[in-house]
Order: sequence, then structure tokens, then C-alpha cells
Amino acid sequence: MSLDTETRSDALIVTANMERIDAAIAIQFKDDMRAATEGGHTRVVLDLKNVSFIDSSGLGAVVAAMKLLAPKQELELAGLTQIVEKVFRLTRMDRVFTIHENSDAAFEDIVHSS
Amino acid sequence: MLQPDKTSDNELRFTFASNSMAARAMLHTAISGLRYLDLSDEDSGTIELVLAEAVNNIVEHAYPTNPNGMIRLQITPMENGLLCALSDNGCPMPVGVMTKEHRASLNCDVENLPEGGFGLFLINGLTHGLSYTRKGDMNQLSFLIPVTLPQLNKQFGETIEMPQRCRKRSSPRTD
Repeated sequence: MSLDTETRSDALIVTANMERIDAAIAIQFKDDMRAATEGGHTRVVLDLKNVSFIDSSGLGAVVAAMKLLAPKQELELAGLTQIVEKVFRLTRMDRVFTIHENSDAAFEDIVHSS
Repeated sequence: MLQPDKTSDNELRFTFASNSMAARAMLHTAISGLRYLDLSDEDSGTIELVLAEAVNNIVEHAYPTNPNGMIRLQITPMENGLLCALSDNGCPMPVGVMTKEHRASLNCDVENLPEGGFGLFLINGLTHGLSYTRKGDMNQLSFLIPVTLPQLNKQFGETIEMPQRCRKRSSPRTD
């Protein structure tokens, strides 16, 4: 599957397995995200650590995924690699999303009881 | 319009079809073909991004219904970066597309966030001398991607002495 999901502390972590989110795959990505996030989790963390390239089509698909979840659910991002980080920063989309260094960091303030 | 130095013999040329899979293959080959320039990861990424956006633009506007249209790309490494020239014989670029600053205003509700229009903004921000002309039935787009090219000053065919790295190998390649 192009997207793996796991739940953690009532949040949904979606890990993207594709190397590129570009024009060739953007529409499929949007559809896959919609299917993966149907569960209604308030917090969805999209882990992009495996994604080494994104273009404006891919960016648009991520924004579309966020809009689909809003306003009841929030889409956060994690694990932005060099080019991906650059695209979000240049377009100022890094101010629109909550971005974590990695998916663990997205849960740092939650205390786990053993 | 930027023109390459006519004596350059280190240009890369690609002809490919106007669909996203062909674009991916071309990008892969182009980035691989530029490796001899010892580009930094960041510069390599910038080049790939700019070329992807420029090609997406052509596929979308010049060949909106044709996945088999011809696109040509020429990349000429120059002192101050890569001079890129793209041409196609698809539909003319809509008036105003190339000159508008498609910078999204993000001061709005989530539901009104734009999902498109970022491509040209990225190209504009990462290139110099972006220029579009229509010549007959052809679109021509050119720009310079400013990157540092440490390997560029070496001219092909000039050195007579065998480089150290070409002398007898001590161990086999592992790639």
C-alpha cells in the first residue's frame, strides 16, 4: 500500500511510502489519503520521511487532504526531507501546517503510563 | 532571451512526451546526467524541482489533452548556473500566465486555501531571466537556474596526462 496507518494516543499516523509526490501520483495520493483518514481521528499526522521529492502538484494534494479533514480534524506533518521542506517553506505552506521533525516528536508532550 | 555560448559542447538534450511518467523518466536521466558537475544535494534538488514545475506547466497548458506531445529540453551548464531551454509545439501559453506572481495569499480560512498556482511561483523564485516566447507554432521557455558548478572549468579533451583516478584499479567497483 502506498500509505501505511497506525493509531497512537487516539491520533492517526499515516506514513507515505512513495518516494515522490508529484504530478504522476498527486490524484492517487489525494484519493488514498481520503480513504486512509476516514476513521474520524481528530489528529492525523502525515509522516513524509520516505518522500524525497514533492512538486506543486504534490503540495496541492497535501493541502487538499488537509482541507478535506478540516475543520473537525487537523492534518499535521512530520519528517520533511530536504526538497519537501524547501517546497513548503518557499510557498509559505510551512506556516499553515503544524510540522514535526519526526512522528515521535508529534507525541512528545503526551505522558505514557507503562 | 538568454543564449548559451555557441562554443559550448557540454549541453544535455532530451526529447520526451507530454505526460507525467515520461517527465519523471526524463528528470531521472537529467539529474543523473548532471552528476558529473558535483552539485550539492540542495542544488540538485532545486534543479529537479524547477524542471519538474516547468514541465508540469507545459503538460498542463500546452498539451492539456495530449499525453504524446513533444517536449524538448536543453540544459547548458554555464559559469553561473544551468541555462535551460524548453520548447514544445502545443497550445500557446495563456496571456499573463508567465508574468503573474502566483504567490498565494495564505491569510484565509483553511477551506479557501489554494491547491494550485504554486508552480510558477516556485519557478520564478528559483530562476533568473525567465522568458517565454511563441515562435510560429512553438512555445519557447528559457531560464537560468543559478547554482555553483565547481567542476565546470574543466574542458573536455584538453588534458593529456592520465588522471590518477584512471590508473590501475586496486579493488573492484562495488556499485
